[in-house]
Amino acid sequence: MSESIFEKIATILSTKKGIDKESILIESSFEELGLDSLDAVELISDLEDEFNVTIPNVELQSIKTIQQAVDGLQKAMGS
Amino acid sequence: MTERRVVVTGTGIISAIGHNTHDFWNSLVECKSGIGPFSSVDPTLMRFKNGAEVKNFDASILIEKSDLDLMDRFAQFSVVAAKEAVNQSGIIFNEENGYRSAVICGTSIGGVHAQEQTYIDLYRDNKSRVHPLSIPKTMPNGAASNVSMQMGITGPVYTISTACASSNHAIGNAFWLIRNGICDQALAGGSETPFTYTFLKAWEAIRVVSPDTCRPFSKTRQGMILGEGSGMIVMETLENAKRRGAEILAEIVGYGMSSDASHITKPDQKGAERAMRLAMEDAKINVEQIGYINAHGTGTLVNDTMEVAAIKNVFGNHADALPISSTKSMHGHALGATSSLEAVATIMALKDGILPPTANFEEIDETCNMDVLANASRSKSIKYALSNAFAFGGLNAVLAFKKWEE
Repeated sequence: MSESIFEKIATILSTKKGIDKESILIESSFEELGLDSLDAVELISDLEDEFNVTIPNVELQSIKTIQQAVDGLQKAMGS
Repeated sequence: MTERRVVVTGTGIISAIGHNTHDFWNSLVECKSGIGPFSSVDPTLMRFKNGAEVKNFDASILIEKSDLDLMDRFAQFSVVAAKEAVNQSGIIFNEENGYRSAVICGTSIGGVHAQEQTYIDLYRDNKSRVHPLSIPKTMPNGAASNVSMQMGITGPVYTISTACASSNHAIGNAFWLIRNGICDQALAGGSETPFTYTFLKAWEAIRVVSPDTCRPFSKTRQGMILGEGSGMIVMETLENAKRRGAEILAEIVGYGMSSDASHITKPDQKGAERAMRLAMEDAKINVEQIGYINAHGTGTLVNDTMEVAAIKNVFGNHADALPISSTKSMHGHALGATSSLEAVATIMALKDGILPPTANFEEIDETCNMDVLANASRSKSIKYALSNAFAFGGLNAVLAFKKWEE
């Protein structure tokens, strides 16, 4: 499951933010990818829509890397 | 201390009749109207079918995609118009002058497209959440803020929302900030993008939009026509402009404002008169010196009759020899942006010595009996001109401009 989440994140970031897919790694931080806090909110919002889950605001604010986004999504899905 | 003089050194336009000042002005001079069937809202759902829409607008040539995503259509208009004005002026904003620079933008309704999308998502599509950028895109200061960010302007930046007088209030306030020594340069104007289904329905309900076109001062007029667009102007001290060797397009010399304090939609002639008198008083000129008025001229029965009566009262015998026109007959009534478009039209009229016409004109209404520059522009060099704006809510703002001369 985590692989498909990662794949989805990479697709969103490459199409919406024009980030080279190759440069997106599971350990990448948002900062390394040039994403600011508003970009992060946008990404999480897209993922919530895609996977039909809700990530609480407090958790959203602590998501700073791709890995944390994947973990947050998985937690929200209860898997 | 002598009063600081304030001059215009750049203008930028997005409108139904041109995506830059050059095209906009040519359309006005040639009496080409941008009013036609609108396409951004399904016309079969509307009682009125015509508007002055901005077609084929593409901001991506001038604005980075990552920045563009933060802006609703009205903010994009402002940024593109501001870039044109700054390019023409040749002014460079940097750390040294940024904090002595202002951005003042007028808008009546702000980012209604982003807001509309939230309604669609929630009420129609039963989604439980909306786009995360809905707030920054909807906020009425989105235009002013994005202009300041794009330009690096760190002084006073704010938005004025006084319905159809918003842009005149914005330009007038910026003028006073510079004249009074609070700032040395400013970008001011406005933007509006009213073509959403909910907003058009609201205008339909208030019964002032024409089912055909906009015919200001005509006996056959049936109301206003909504338009969209943005006008932005660069103004600065005369000293600044001279030091930079900038081309001076016109001088801004007076600003007058008033409130009717009577009725929320019906204009009061006394309020309009007071704003015109105050603008001329501020400019230290008398009525005989005015050579042209860009009228508010909405094409509604009430406004045009009131406005002509007000002009006749203020100008007395001089009204007989005073040409006026309503350029709304071509660029539509762009609400909070409309007086920014009209300010640019007035600046160009002074600069080129051509008075723009009232298009779509048929037969004069006896209650509007003035020289309304019917259906053709006129070559005439004038020294001073007024641009009127009288808004719903009874808020009036009038600007006085002067042809540039030493």
